[in-house]
Amino acid sequence: MELVEAIILSVLAASTPLLIAATGELVTERSGVLNLGVEGMMIVGAACGFAGAWLSGSVFIGALFGIVAGVLMSLVFALMALGLAVNQVATGLALTILGVGLSGLIGAGFVGERITPAVHLHIPGATDIPLIGRVLFGEDGFVYVSIALVVGVWWFLYRTRAGLILRACGDNHASAHALGYPVLRIRTFAVMFGGACAGLAGAYLPLAYTPFFVPGMTAGRGWIALALVVFSSWRPGRLVLGAYLFGAVTILQLHAQGWGVGIPSQFMSALPYLATVVVLVLISRERSGGSTAPAALGTVFVPDC
Amino acid sequence: MRKSLLALATGLLLAGSVSAASAADKLKVGFIYLGPIGDLGWTYQHDQGRLALVKELGDKIETTYLENVPEGPDAERSIEQLVRAGNKLIFTTSFGYMDPTLKVAKKYPNVHFEHATGYKRNPNMSTYSARWYQGRYIQGLIAAKMSKSGVLGYIGSFPIPEVVSGINATMLAAQSINPNIKVKIIWANTWFDPGKEADAAKALIDQGADVIMQHTDSPAPMQIASERGKLAFGQDSEMIKFGPKTQLTSILDTWGPYYIERVKAELAGTWKSEDSWGGLDSHMFAMAPYTNMPDEVKKMAEDAQAAIIAGKLHPFKCPIVGQDGKPVECKGGDHLDDGQILGMNFYVKGIDDKLPGK
Repeated sequence: MELVEAIILSVLAASTPLLIAATGELVTERSGVLNLGVEGMMIVGAACGFAGAWLSGSVFIGALFGIVAGVLMSLVFALMALGLAVNQVATGLALTILGVGLSGLIGAGFVGERITPAVHLHIPGATDIPLIGRVLFGEDGFVYVSIALVVGVWWFLYRTRAGLILRACGDNHASAHALGYPVLRIRTFAVMFGGACAGLAGAYLPLAYTPFFVPGMTAGRGWIALALVVFSSWRPGRLVLGAYLFGAVTILQLHAQGWGVGIPSQFMSALPYLATVVVLVLISRERSGGSTAPAALGTVFVPDC
Repeated sequence: MRKSLLALATGLLLAGSVSAASAADKLKVGFIYLGPIGDLGWTYQHDQGRLALVKELGDKIETTYLENVPEGPDAERSIEQLVRAGNKLIFTTSFGYMDPTLKVAKKYPNVHFEHATGYKRNPNMSTYSARWYQGRYIQGLIAAKMSKSGVLGYIGSFPIPEVVSGINATMLAAQSINPNIKVKIIWANTWFDPGKEADAAKALIDQGADVIMQHTDSPAPMQIASERGKLAFGQDSEMIKFGPKTQLTSILDTWGPYYIERVKAELAGTWKSEDSWGGLDSHMFAMAPYTNMPDEVKKMAEDAQAAIIAGKLHPFKCPIVGQDGKPVECKGGDHLDDGQILGMNFYVKGIDDKLPGK
């Protein structure tokens, strides 16, 4: 039983950065903007988050630094892709390259430094309940924030007028524009939200997951977050499912190795990705070929005024 | 997609750092690094070697390094870039640079190359590596003494001979102390991913391992072991900062003396193609101070280290029994020969696991 609890805890920890970053990107893409720079925004968020926590001694301040850094990075993207109507794919890729370099520069002075990681919730009594106590009441703040975030995004997209307008921009920017909505401004906010989430997700790594900073520590998690958005077919509910599934497969394959299950580890390492492909195929079958992506995703919009 | 990005990034890096090189009549020495110099592990230690070199011979040489160079075709371009920039001696510091280095070496016979951890040589291309398995043997002795659960946790990177020989050396040593010792092996299938390494360490500890060993590059496993109150060994560099009450010792790559020796030979015009595979006796690597263990265990480790240096103790002393229960052919007299260690692709008896790909 203890092992089950330990596995669930590891899965939650491994899934949380993916969930946070993917939630932000989901909103960005729902507004019709494809920002491939998630990895770059995450790694800058990681460097700045660690720097903030180290300088202030507070994980909370560190997380704020990460968010601000992510937003600043996303504004670079917004300026290029929305303001100057540059190709979004190229701009996003450039943002990642910029982020990797920038984070190395920012973080250079902090390599090898240590901080006190994020504290875990402890409610006497509740946290001590066997099996579910630590899972429900013993996580660090990031885990709870990630859940609140995804619920909030679901509510915003499907239950508010602003969410409807944002989705309209993503499906048909010309119509939204004709109805008088400021498409570019809405998209800029969506991109900034994506940046904030990516920055927070990045900051989670050196503040809670592995409390130290080294260049390149995101190790491709930004790309996985991008894949998760597609996996979820742009729906917050499926995103949660996808992120935890991905985390679960990652952790379970490590445990399977420890138990000596005779499956090649290379295959097991590839399992999460294989699962993504399988689910993608299933989703597209269920939709009988119809695309679930926001119709205007990745297209440039220049208002004719 | 990641690959092409890295390639692009390297291109940018190249443009930046090579143009910075200038000044005449000093010997130009180039380095190709796999990771960032701040990785706290493999690349960091190579760069420490370079810095030692600069400190010793800085008035006669000029060094250039390219970091984050991916293994594969792009490496060739990076190495060639260093040649064109006038470097006369080039160190390529990862196994995957082997073929690219050889290709460039054949193209430029007047430039000398040094490739780390590979086995292909040319009249102008040397290879160098360290006998880390000696250090792993000492770690195995310590681990068996310190483990209360009798289960060791081992995080591997890729199932290549260097890593496999490390696992075997560890287990042979551990079995000499406790014949029933068990090891749980998890392959991360990466050299560097702090998150995944941490998850692997958590999985091993959750499954009962109380001494963690790693053959991956980040201090994350050390940190997890420290958090959970277990013990661990560092890798490549000193990691005691991440586990002051956790680190037992660490295998420290110390490339400085070798780099200085080879550059001196180049300056004197006596450089020739060689294969250097140095052990504890050659200062190619060192053991970090033995900490967090009782004095008698510390003494045992120090004695083993002295015996290995004196040539009295060989980690792969025959008879060695494979997983199938059959003794392994003994090609080196009373121990396995270097070829057998360099190409090791089997587990020794007592490891209840299957080697991937076997």
